[in-house]
Formats: sequence, C-alpha cells, structure tokens
Amino acid sequence: MIKGRHIIEPTDLSINELNQLCILASKIEANPDDYLDALKGKLLATLFYEPSTRTRFSFEAAMLRLGGQVIGFSEPNSSSVSKGESIGDTIRTIGCYADAAVMRHPKEGAPKLASKYSNIPVINAGDGGHQHPTQTLTDLHTIKSLKGNISGNVIGFCGDLKFGRTVHSLVKALSRYEDLTFVFISPPELGMPSYILEELTDHRVIEISSMEEILPELDILYMTRIQRERFFNEEDYLRLKGYFILTKKKLLLAKEDMIVMHPLPRVDEIHTSVDTDSRAVYFQQAKFGMFIRMALILKLMKGDDHA
Amino acid sequence: MLKVDSIKKGIVIDHITAGLGYEIFKELKLDEVDYTTALIRNVSSRKLGKKDLIKIDNVVDLDLDMLGLLDPNITLVIIEGEDVVDKIKLSLPKRVEGILACKNPRCVSTIEEIDDVSFYLANERTREYRCEYCDTPYYPKKV
Repeated sequence: MIKGRHIIEPTDLSINELNQLCILASKIEANPDDYLDALKGKLLATLFYEPSTRTRFSFEAAMLRLGGQVIGFSEPNSSSVSKGESIGDTIRTIGCYADAAVMRHPKEGAPKLASKYSNIPVINAGDGGHQHPTQTLTDLHTIKSLKGNISGNVIGFCGDLKFGRTVHSLVKALSRYEDLTFVFISPPELGMPSYILEELTDHRVIEISSMEEILPELDILYMTRIQRERFFNEEDYLRLKGYFILTKKKLLLAKEDMIVMHPLPRVDEIHTSVDTDSRAVYFQQAKFGMFIRMALILKLMKGDDHA
Repeated sequence: MLKVDSIKKGIVIDHITAGLGYEIFKELKLDEVDYTTALIRNVSSRKLGKKDLIKIDNVVDLDLDMLGLLDPNITLVIIEGEDVVDKIKLSLPKRVEGILACKNPRCVSTIEEIDDVSFYLANERTREYRCEYCDTPYYPKKV
C-alpha cells in the first residue's frame, strides 16, 4: 500500500510497487480523460528551496491533470523560510493545508528530515547531489514502456558517472533486477564510485572509456552531461569530451531498437542531429515522467481507489 | 605483576584493544569521577596478545553503542559482591544515535538543529557507517 507513505529514495518502493505505478501510469496515458477529476478537491504543496523549472512543472502538470490544485513556492525568498523558519516547522504548517508535499532542497537529507515531522506524504524532488527518486521512477517507466522489460538489457551509462546523482539512483534501483549488464562509459577520473560498483556483484559490469566500440552491444544508452568544471584543466576537457558526445555518425553503430535516454537539460553531449532519430527518446522520457508522477501522487493520496 | 584491588560492585571493561584504553577512559569521563577506577595498559592476553582494561568500582550507566563504536572487541564484566554475575560481549552497533556528527557541509544536519542524528552500519567488514540524511560514510578509528 503506497497511500500515505513518504518517497525519499527510489528503494522506498518495492519492485512490485514500482510495477503497479508503471501499470497505472500507462493506464492514465492511454485514457487521460478517466482521471480528470481523480484528485478533485486535493492540494499538492510544491516546496522548492532552489529553482527547478523542469521537475516543478512536471509535478504541477501531473497534479492539475488529475483535477487537483497546487500551492507552494519556487524559491525560498518568497516564503517564511527567508525568516529563518526550520524545515520541521514549515512542513507541519503546510501539513495543515495540503494533502501531500513535494520538496526540493539544496541540502542533502532535507526531505527526509521533513518526513520525520510531517503528517502528509513528502516526496523528495531532489536533495542536493543525493537522491532524486521521481527521476528514477521516470527512467524505469521509460525503459519498461519502450523495451517491455527491465531485466535482460545491456545498459550503457555515458558521461560524468562520478558526480551524477541521476545515474547513481538509477543504477541502485536497477541493481534489484536480474540479468542486466551495466556498461559504464566515462573518462577514468569521472568513473562510477566504488561503493556503487560493490553493489553490482550479481551483475555483469564493463567499464570503458570510449563509446564507439561498445555501442553495437547496447540496448539502452543513458547519456549525461560532462561538466567542464569537473576536469583538472581545460586541455583534458577538450581532449576527452569528444569521446562522450553522441552524434548521428556514432549512432550508425548502434542497434536499430536501442534507445537513447537523457535526464535533461542537455548541453552538447547529444548533437541536435540525433533528435530526429527514432531511437532518441529523451523528450518522450519527460512525458513519461509526468505520467509516472501522476500515478505516484494518485496512489499516495487515494491508495488503490483509482488503480 | 601489578596488583589492583578487586571490585566489590562495579564493571570491568575487558579486552580493550591495546592502546585504546586511555581514549575510552577519557571518553567515559572517568578522569573526573571521585570513586575508585583503574586503567591498566598492555596486560598480557591469550586472545589479543596485549590488551588494556578498565576497572570501575561503582554502578555506572555506560553507553554500549558508543563503547561498541570505539572498540567492538570489548567484553563488559559485571561484578556484584566481588563475583562475576554477567558478561556482555560488545559488537559494532547497527545504528548509533546522537553520538556522531556529519561532516558533509552539504548535509541538512549542518544547518538545522538536530540532536539525534543517526548513523547506520553500512558495511561491517570495513566498519563503514553512513549518515541517515546524506549517506556520507564515516569510519570509526581503526583498531
């Protein structure tokens, strides 16, 4: 039963619960009119202590499309937080008005702290470089929808794997599924942290520093941004960045049914000429993100009533 | 052989890893009490080669989580009427609360007033604890 729970990290949901959410998200996508009034009279609070247009819009669109309404702030200066109010006090006050709260905060663990004081479900919408569970739900739902199954795939992760919160959360969530091959494509200095690799002992793992030779093997390519400031010097950045940029030419090497994912925003790691390729699903991914958030909010507020 | 009087009613903290006795003595603030205590260092031990031990001739409340974190090898020997009435073997606690502070400047516990921050044992082999809020690792001093 998901109703009333806090969603702080991806593993707060069992595989079975994730499957239920994906099924509900697909139902909503297929028949959105059936859900227009599903949350009529309900309020979602969006507490954004740092700006995030994409995630906030996704949650707000999800709530509005379910017939509910949204209150909140998009930066802390417009709230009593600017007067020094604690997270515990803020969430207890918001709990008097809203039926669930979505929180993004620059400090790691802030949504977890809020959940300790809250009598309404708290959804973590990103806490610093730590967790972003609804991005992980988005990614899992995208894979399930477009590949049919999560198990059995060869999944490549390309870019900055050392600091990428999205990638860490997704890999951790995927590690609970069977028969996966993880391919980590990055410069050695931006490789996957060892504490994450240690959790993948039941899976095949390949670490490689160039995408071309492994592209023909991949079922899924998850691209992330390589940030210039992560490199020790400009020369290294300029020398290495080409290895981690996806172009139309490189895509010729890939399977016809491979999918290219990206959490967005993209900078230059995927050339815009790739956008028209049917394998580029990153904008579709954003849409899947809204439907899975609809499913999550619905389950948190109404339980299985609309499943 | 050094002779230290036996305890009538109290606790012996035994099997302390040699070299840690003084630190534990200080941590328990035994240098500030007015009842009889003894810190004995580098005692021969069949099990450890050398060990430290602390004798406390008084009934005291000890924080077993904190002691286990400092040295999981410790055995507590409870004495009543000069007889051993119980032995408690410590281990690494699964969770410690209010003992450690997170050093990650990005952690919420550094800006909010939280007295009871928990750290959970993530890897017993490497003695790795993690902050409940930000999952930043913490390694107690290696023994």
